[in-house]
Amino acid sequence: MSRSPGRKQENHKISRELFVLTYGALVAQLCKDYEKDEDVNACLDRMGYSIGIRLIDDFLARSAVKRCRSYSETADMIAQVAFKMYLGVTPSVSCNSAMGNEFSLILDKNPLVDFVEELPAERASLCYCNLLCGVIRGALEMVHLAAEVTFLQDRLKGDAVTEIGITFLRKPEDRKHKRN
Amino acid sequence: MAIFSVYVVNKAGGLIYQLDHYAPRADTEKTFSFPLDLVLRPHDERIVVAFGQRDGIRVGHAVLAINGAEVNGRFTADGKDVLEFLGNPANYPVSIRFGRHRLSSNEKLMLASMFHSLFAIGSQLSPEVGSSGIEMLETDTFKLHCFQTLTGIKFMVLADPRQTGIDALLRKIYEIYSDFALKNPFYSLEMPIRCELFDQNLKLALEVAEKAGPFGPGS
Repeated sequence: MSRSPGRKQENHKISRELFVLTYGALVAQLCKDYEKDEDVNACLDRMGYSIGIRLIDDFLARSAVKRCRSYSETADMIAQVAFKMYLGVTPSVSCNSAMGNEFSLILDKNPLVDFVEELPAERASLCYCNLLCGVIRGALEMVHLAAEVTFLQDRLKGDAVTEIGITFLRKPEDRKHKRN
Repeated sequence: MAIFSVYVVNKAGGLIYQLDHYAPRADTEKTFSFPLDLVLRPHDERIVVAFGQRDGIRVGHAVLAINGAEVNGRFTADGKDVLEFLGNPANYPVSIRFGRHRLSSNEKLMLASMFHSLFAIGSQLSPEVGSSGIEMLETDTFKLHCFQTLTGIKFMVLADPRQTGIDALLRKIYEIYSDFALKNPFYSLEMPIRCELFDQNLKLALEVAEKAGPFGPGS
């Protein structure tokens, strides 16, 4: 994963705190700009989407993974490779439905909420990390997998764990016609 | 050992980036006296040699310049029709420059879309299930390598047939694209790439690949 010699900055790591602070500032500003929680959530999701559609190529270029052959392979790839690469954590994956198209990623450590203990009372339905949902949704769309990604449980709202639910929408038969 | 050009094609088959890195120009300029022993005929918007190959002037070469002045399609620099001009004995002796014509950007766009379609047809025609499209096209003067990403972008490299390490170069170009094109917030997806950093880093990568020569890149 090393950069080419052409790049001037070698291993120029930016501090994790700065990233978490930037994200916090972003959410705080959105809360000032929008009154309703749904609007903030939608805005975070949109931002995450535009990150996801670009991040997917970076992920594929650096990890050189092969095409996933099933939804469960895809979910495993997201949890074990992508989350590890970008956030340094590895959520655990569980399959929620008998049909095999609903999965949950359970995060026990979430770097984005390092400095947040709980949501303020007037922002009870804010999904603080909704950006992540948008990123996953955008990235999957670029590899022709339509999915709905939402937070099923959130530690900030008082639940036991943070759980991201991924529901793949298109039926697997459609993939026969897709290009390899 | 040379890499001739790089093409990047988006999901819809449109050419979004093209770089001519090295073009082996084989122009030949000769003085002729009447009558001309080459058979010339119009083709598209050019005058090409149909017969009478000799001395470096091959069939298919186009008339590039007459008496030093570049021709404009079928007309000379001063507006006269080339075939009429060359049919008149009074204009001889005349010096004509022949060579392979450079592709215009419209032609490149068309050819890239055509290759996009052929790539898809290739994967459909294959007797094996789940095979990829055309990955390599080999001729005696060049090899065309194509790499399609999982997101549908195609990177094509035309290189000398003896050049090795093109697979690694294609992956490297993918990395450069994901860095300098995609991470540029002002670059819109699927649009032509107009990013200086992308150009610079791509040229660097091509030079590294060329220097590695026939033994492949060292790293």
